[in-house]
Amino acid sequence: MNFLDFEKPIANLLEQLEKAKEIATSSKVDVGPTLIELEKKIESTRKDIFSKLSPWQRVQLSRHPDRPYTLNYIEAVTGGDFMELHGDRTVKDDKAMIGGFGTIDGQSVMIIGQQKGSTTKQRQFRNFGMANPEGYRKALRLMKLAEKFNKPIVTFIDTPGAYPGLEAEERGQGEAIARNLYEMMLLKVPVICIVIGEGASGGALGIGIGDRVLMLENTWYSVISPESCSSILWRSWDFKEKAAMALKLTAEDMLEQKLIDGIVREPIGGAHAFPEQMFEIVKNEITKQLDVLNKLKPEERVEQRIAKFCAMGVVNDIVNQVN
Amino acid sequence: MSWFKRISEGITTSTKEKKETPEGLWYKCPSCKSIVPSNDHANQLYVCSTCSFHERIGSKEYFELLFDDNAFDELNKDMHSADPLNFTDTKKYADRLKDSMAKSGLTDAIRTAHGNLDGQGVVIACMDFRFIGGSMGSVMGEKIARAIDHAIKEKTPFLLISKSGGARMMEAAYSLMQMAKTSAKLTRLSEAGLPYISLLTDPTTGGVTASFAMLGDMNIAEPVALIGFAGPRVVKETIGKELPKGFQTSEFVLEHGFLDKIIDRREMKAKLSQIFRLLKK
Repeated sequence: MNFLDFEKPIANLLEQLEKAKEIATSSKVDVGPTLIELEKKIESTRKDIFSKLSPWQRVQLSRHPDRPYTLNYIEAVTGGDFMELHGDRTVKDDKAMIGGFGTIDGQSVMIIGQQKGSTTKQRQFRNFGMANPEGYRKALRLMKLAEKFNKPIVTFIDTPGAYPGLEAEERGQGEAIARNLYEMMLLKVPVICIVIGEGASGGALGIGIGDRVLMLENTWYSVISPESCSSILWRSWDFKEKAAMALKLTAEDMLEQKLIDGIVREPIGGAHAFPEQMFEIVKNEITKQLDVLNKLKPEERVEQRIAKFCAMGVVNDIVNQVN
Repeated sequence: MSWFKRISEGITTSTKEKKETPEGLWYKCPSCKSIVPSNDHANQLYVCSTCSFHERIGSKEYFELLFDDNAFDELNKDMHSADPLNFTDTKKYADRLKDSMAKSGLTDAIRTAHGNLDGQGVVIACMDFRFIGGSMGSVMGEKIARAIDHAIKEKTPFLLISKSGGARMMEAAYSLMQMAKTSAKLTRLSEAGLPYISLLTDPTTGGVTASFAMLGDMNIAEPVALIGFAGPRVVKETIGKELPKGFQTSEFVLEHGFLDKIIDRREMKAKLSQIFRLLKK
């Protein structure tokens, strides 16, 4: 278990709890009341910390080393009934972007998402969740495949950005993302996009056009990471907390700005502390949303999807106030 | 001890007394260093007559170059940013906007207009780099969206001239979503069977490249323009090596298959006219 700085009080209490349990097994001292007391205290401490998280703390949580990644969600929501498919049919198979068919409550669904790694080796293998153009093209190929067989699409967004490498430029990173934005608008099947960790800029949006765009409670979604924003606008890396505040990048902020459709609540203590509960919540949310979306005609979904994105933005216009 | 001795005095004119050529009379090409009178340079459409270097120009010059007799109806002329996030970094965004407006005489980084090009109706959207780096916020997205609506209504082709560093940070996620919004609108233009020509000029990067700029029925560019998703500095930092010569230029992007054509500005109007004629129903 890893703990962030502001989670330290919880870590200390959990340690005390472990010790008390050890004492209980090694001696005959009755620790029952102490255990109950400690557990209560842990719960209230969690509540206390998680009820007043700053935007920067949420950014930290979105990158928590114990936080579940796309494949963990897929494994859980499909109960293991998932078949991963590979390759963009042009260049290669991008390990930072995964996808395949699986079932959720008996319904066959295409699931796509960026994948991060949990060990150094895996992180490198997954390129830290930063997809190349072939990743976006693989995602689009799989979405078209789902459309052909009339299967809904679920995307899990978790990326620090599209990869800014030399070959990515050669193979048209910009075009790959642009193509996805355009084509996803026209998909005839229901599309649900869920930000489960980091939603960084075009790299996130490249699989983020859906009938429902949802964010887990402790995630962020914006045009740039707070660190990069700080380095560009403040010309120093030290203003990340300020930048996180200014960018209004939390789920609450994004909902208020009408840029997402909903927030998926996390268990108190975060998705990383109670992954099983989180999976259950996400699964229920997907089935709930699919029930609604499946009832619409394909043309209605496309129409509403396009109208929704067309309404985004706030301008000052003397003749016609938007929003 | 030096090898040579200065016998006579060197430059003796003090900096104060230095005689400067009045500004604006001459243009020195930053590429080949040749010097021409500014008037000639303007007549050459701001392209160097020696080495064909294309100087960056703005919407005023492009409209003048492309619209017949420089006649056009500007759309949504007064739309300006609402600073929806009340954003402040080292400076207030509201102040940045005010300064940019005062300095440039523009309301935002894009202007859209309807007019004729060689007698054919066309809606043109053109960015101005000098307005906060041509960055895309809500205004740019909304103006492009309405320009496309106008093109659909008037049944004209749509030409978008990009010149931008990408999304505008001070409108954060609103800026990001303009990529989605403009792409959504382009599906409508396509549905109406109207041509969309994307003209990429120096520089076109970031969220603009990763949305409408790369979605043209034809993607064309001016020579040696910087075109990319990530900026060259970021790519260099990522790979930890020097970048190859010509990386992310129009020519590079064409060679890799993402541009249809590179067109010299001096031939731009004729070629665009030809494109619209060839695509006419």
